[in-house]
Amino acid sequence: MFEILRRELMADESVVLNEISAPLIAEKAQPGQFVILRANETGERIPLTLAETNPTRGTITIIYQVVGKSTALFKSMKVGEKFMDVIGPLGRPTDIEKIDGEVVCVGGGTGVAVLYPITQAFKDAGNNVTSVIGARSKNLVMLEDRMQGASDELHVCTDDGSYGHHGFVTDMLKHALDTKDVRLVVAIGPVPMMKFCCQMTAEYNVKTLVSLNTIMVDGTGMCGSCRITVGKETKFACVDGPEFDGHQVDFNELTSRLQAYCPEEKQAYEKFKCECQSS
Amino acid sequence: MAEEKKKKESIPRQEMPEQEPKVRNKNFDEVPLGYSPELARKEAERCLQCKKPSCIQGCPVGIDIPGFIAHIRDGEFTKAIRKIWEKNSLPAVCGRVCPQEDQCEGLCVLGKKDKPVAIGHLERFAADYERLYGSGELPPQAAPTGKKIAVVGSGPAGLTVAGDLILQGHEVTVYEAFHKGGGVLVYGIPEFRLPKEIVASELHYLERLGVKFEYDVVVGKTLDVDELFAQGFEAVFIGVGAGLPTFLNLPGENMVGIYSANEYLTRANLMKAYLFPEYDTPLMQGKDVVVIGAGNVAMDSARTALRMGADKVRIVYRRSEAEMPARVDEIHHAEEEGIEFFLLTNPVRFLGDDQGRVKGMRCLQMELGEPDESGRRKPKPIEGSEFTLDCDLAVVAVGAGANPVLTQNTKNMQLTKRGYVVADPKTGKTMKPGVWAGGDIVTGQATVILAAGAGRLASNSIQDYLAIGW
Ligand SMILES: Cc1cc2nc3c(=O)[nH]c(=O)nc-3n(C[C@H](O)[C@H](O)[C@H](O)COP(=O)(O)OP(=O)(O)OC[C@H]3O[C@@H](n4cnc5c(N)ncnc54)[C@H](O)[C@@H]3O)c2cc1C
Ligand SMILES: Cc1cc2nc3c(=O)[nH]c(=O)nc-3n(C[C@H](O)[C@H](O)[C@H](O)COP(=O)(O)OP(=O)(O)OC[C@H]3O[C@@H](n4cnc5c(N)ncnc54)[C@H](O)[C@@H]3O)c2cc1C
Ligand code: SF4
Ligand code: FES
Repeated sequence: MFEILRRELMADESVVLNEISAPLIAEKAQPGQFVILRANETGERIPLTLAETNPTRGTITIIYQVVGKSTALFKSMKVGEKFMDVIGPLGRPTDIEKIDGEVVCVGGGTGVAVLYPITQAFKDAGNNVTSVIGARSKNLVMLEDRMQGASDELHVCTDDGSYGHHGFVTDMLKHALDTKDVRLVVAIGPVPMMKFCCQMTAEYNVKTLVSLNTIMVDGTGMCGSCRITVGKETKFACVDGPEFDGHQVDFNELTSRLQAYCPEEKQAYEKFKCECQSS
Repeated sequence: MAEEKKKKESIPRQEMPEQEPKVRNKNFDEVPLGYSPELARKEAERCLQCKKPSCIQGCPVGIDIPGFIAHIRDGEFTKAIRKIWEKNSLPAVCGRVCPQEDQCEGLCVLGKKDKPVAIGHLERFAADYERLYGSGELPPQAAPTGKKIAVVGSGPAGLTVAGDLILQGHEVTVYEAFHKGGGVLVYGIPEFRLPKEIVASELHYLERLGVKFEYDVVVGKTLDVDELFAQGFEAVFIGVGAGLPTFLNLPGENMVGIYSANEYLTRANLMKAYLFPEYDTPLMQGKDVVVIGAGNVAMDSARTALRMGADKVRIVYRRSEAEMPARVDEIHHAEEEGIEFFLLTNPVRFLGDDQGRVKGMRCLQMELGEPDESGRRKPKPIEGSEFTLDCDLAVVAVGAGANPVLTQNTKNMQLTKRGYVVADPKTGKTMKPGVWAGGDIVTGQATVILAAGAGRLASNSIQDYLAIGW
C-alpha cells in the first residue's frame, strides 16, 4: 500500500505531484478533503489536499510545494517507493452546489493545488466559474492547464509581470466583482492573499470560502493543534474545516500559529540538506 | 499462627528502587526500576493470605490477589502470571499505572496499621519476569470458528477484546486510526512511566496469536461500521477512547505556546518529539511552564516539560491537594522532581506578546465552599485576589470528551447528551445490533483497568452472541 506510482515535477521543480496507491481513500474522497502522510518511522505527519482521486485505479494524487524538511523528504522519494502512512480522507468536503450567479476561484502559490479539485467540482455541478491564479513569476505558475479545464475563464497573474497580468490576484478578483454577478468566491493561498481577498469581498458583501492550512498532528480532532478562531468560536480545521467563511476567520491568529515552530523547522531543513549533500 | 503473623508484620513494605529525582528529571527512562526476585518474594511474604481478602473487592476485575501473591512467595513466577491473566490481560501495564491506593491496596487489611502489601509492584514484577524470562509459550487456542470480529481502537479495551476472542478461535481484525497501536498507552502515557517496549510486546503477543492490525484506518472516515458488516464481520467492538481535548475557553487560549495535553503528549510520546531533530516532529521547549489540572494527564505533561529542559514547571489546580485526581505515586514523583504546586488557583485569561505568543496567565485565588454534586468541595474565587503567573508555555490538562468522528458517522447508535456511546454496563451491548462498546468512549476518561474490564465483559457477551444470538 501507499506506493508512489507516478511522480511529476512542476513550477521549476519546486512543486511535486505524486500519484499514490490508496484504494480505500480513493473510494471515499470528496472535493475539499485531505490526507495526512508520513514518509518513514522518524517522519512527521503532514496534511496535503487530495488534488485528484481515481477510484478505479485505486489511487490518490497529491501536489505539494517544497517548503521544509518533510516536503523535501517527500520530494526525494522515487516511483516505486512507499509512504509509510497515508490517512484519510479527512476534513469536511466542500459544500458543492449550483449557485445562482458566478463563482470565482482565486488561488495563489500552492494554494492552487488545493483550489483545483474544488474548482472542478463547482464546474461539474453546472456553475459558471471564473478562476484567477497567481505566482511570483512565470516559471512558478502551477496547474494552469488543469485550472483552464476546470474554469470557463482563467486569468493568470504574476508579481513580476513575466506572464499574464502584471500584479496581484486581488486586481483580477476586483475586476470580476465589478463586472460580473459574483455570488461566491473561493480564495485559497498564502495567508496575506486570503486576508486581502476577504477584505475586498466583504466590501462587496460576497460570501467567501477560504481553506486553512493550519499545523496538524492527528487530523481527527483529538489534539487541537489545528484550532483557530472563526467568528467568536474556536474551531478545529481538521474536522470542522478546512474550509471556513473567510469573513469570520482571525487571520492574524492563523499567521502567528503557523509560525509556532519556525526555529525547529529551519533546524530540521538545514540538517536534511546537509545529510543530502554528504550522501 | 500468631507467631507467624507477627513475623510477617515485622517485614516492612519493600520499596521499589527508583532513579534518583535529580538524574531522572533529565531523562525519559522509566522511573521505578522494578523488584528483583528476592525483593518480590520478601514483599509477597507480607501478605496474610486473608480468608476473606478485602483487596479483591477493590480490584475492578477481581484478580485472585492472595492467589498470585502466594505463587510469587513460593518462587512460582509462571504460576503467578497465569493466575493474573485469568482476569487481566495487561498486567505489565496495570501494575504500573493502576491507582492501587484507591483499589486493591486501599482495602488491604495491612493498611490499617502499617503500609498495605505492594500489590501493584508485585503484579508488575510477575508480568516483567514473564516477559523477560518466560517461555513465551502461547496459551491454547480453540479450533478456528471461521467467524470474523472487528475491533475499532487499539487501547486497553480493544486489545482485551482482541486477545479474548482470538483465543476462542475467531478471526479478529483491529482497526486503528493512528499509525501505532496501544491507544493512550502509546500516545498519552510517557515513556518514563510506561516504556513503549512493553506496549509493543503486548501487541506482538496478539499478532503471534493471529490478530490482524490495520493501522491508519479512521472508522467513520476511511471505513464505516456498516461497511464492516458488509465485509463479513459478524460483530463489531468499539473502543475508541475519549479522544477530544477539553479547553478552558478562556481569552487568549489560542495563542502560540498553549497546548492541549493531548497535543503536547502525542507530540512527545507517539511522535517522539523529545528525540527531535532525529525525529522530525518538533515540540516547543518552554523555560517557564504552567500545567493546568492535577490528574495523571497533568502530572505526565508537567514531568515531560521538565525533561524537555524547562527551568520551572508549575501545576495550577483550582481545588486543594486532597482533591487532586492523579495517582499518589505520580504526585509524589512530580514533587520529588521539583514541580511546584499552585493549588486553589484558577486561571482567568492568558496574556501574550505582540507576536501572539503566551507570556503569562492571570489567575484568581480560590477557597473551598460547600460540596458539589461530585461530593468534592466546590472552589469559589476570593475577591480581589487576581495575580499573574509568568510562563512561556502552558499545557491545558483538564479532561477529555467524546470524539464524534466515529459516532457521528454511524447510523442507529444511541449516544448520551455528552456524546458518549450508550452501552449495557454488564455486556457492553449498544443499541445497534451486532455492535458492542467499552472503555472511555462509554464511561468518559477513566482508567486502564476499567477499560480492560469492559473489554472482558464485551468479549464474553460477543462469545455468547456468536453461539446463541443477540
Ligand atoms: C488541510 C491542509 C491541506 C494542505 N494541502 C496542501 C497541498 O495540497 N499542497 C501543499 O503544498 N501544501 C498543502 N498544505 C500545507 C502543507 O501541509 C505544509 O506545507 C507542510 O506541512 C510543510 O511541511 P515541511 O516540513 O515541508 O515544512 P516546515 O518545515 O514544516 O515549514 C516550512 C515553512 O512552511 C510553513 N508551514 C508549515 N506548516 C505549514 C502549513 N501547514 N501550511 C502552510 N505553511 C506551513 C512554515 O511556517 C515554514 O515557513 C496543506 C495544509 C493543510 C492543513
Ligand atoms: C496522559 C494520560 C495518562 C493516564 N494515566 C493513567 C494512569 O496512570 N492510570 C490509569 O489507569 N489510567 C490512566 N489514563 C487513562 C487511561 O489511559 C484510559 O482510561 C484508557 O486508556 C482508556 O482505554 P480505551 O481502550 O477506552 O481507549 P484509548 O486508550 O483511548 O484507545 C482508543 C484508541 O482508539 C483509536 N481510535 C479513536 N477513534 C478511532 C476511529 N474513529 N477509528 C479507529 N480508531 C480510533 C485511538 O487512536 C486510540 O488508539 C491516562 C490517560 C492519559 C491521556
Ligand atoms: S488484603 Fe492484603 S494481606 Fe489480605 S490477602 Fe489481600 S493483599 Fe494479602
Ligand atoms: S489536527 Fe489534531 S485536532 Fe486537528
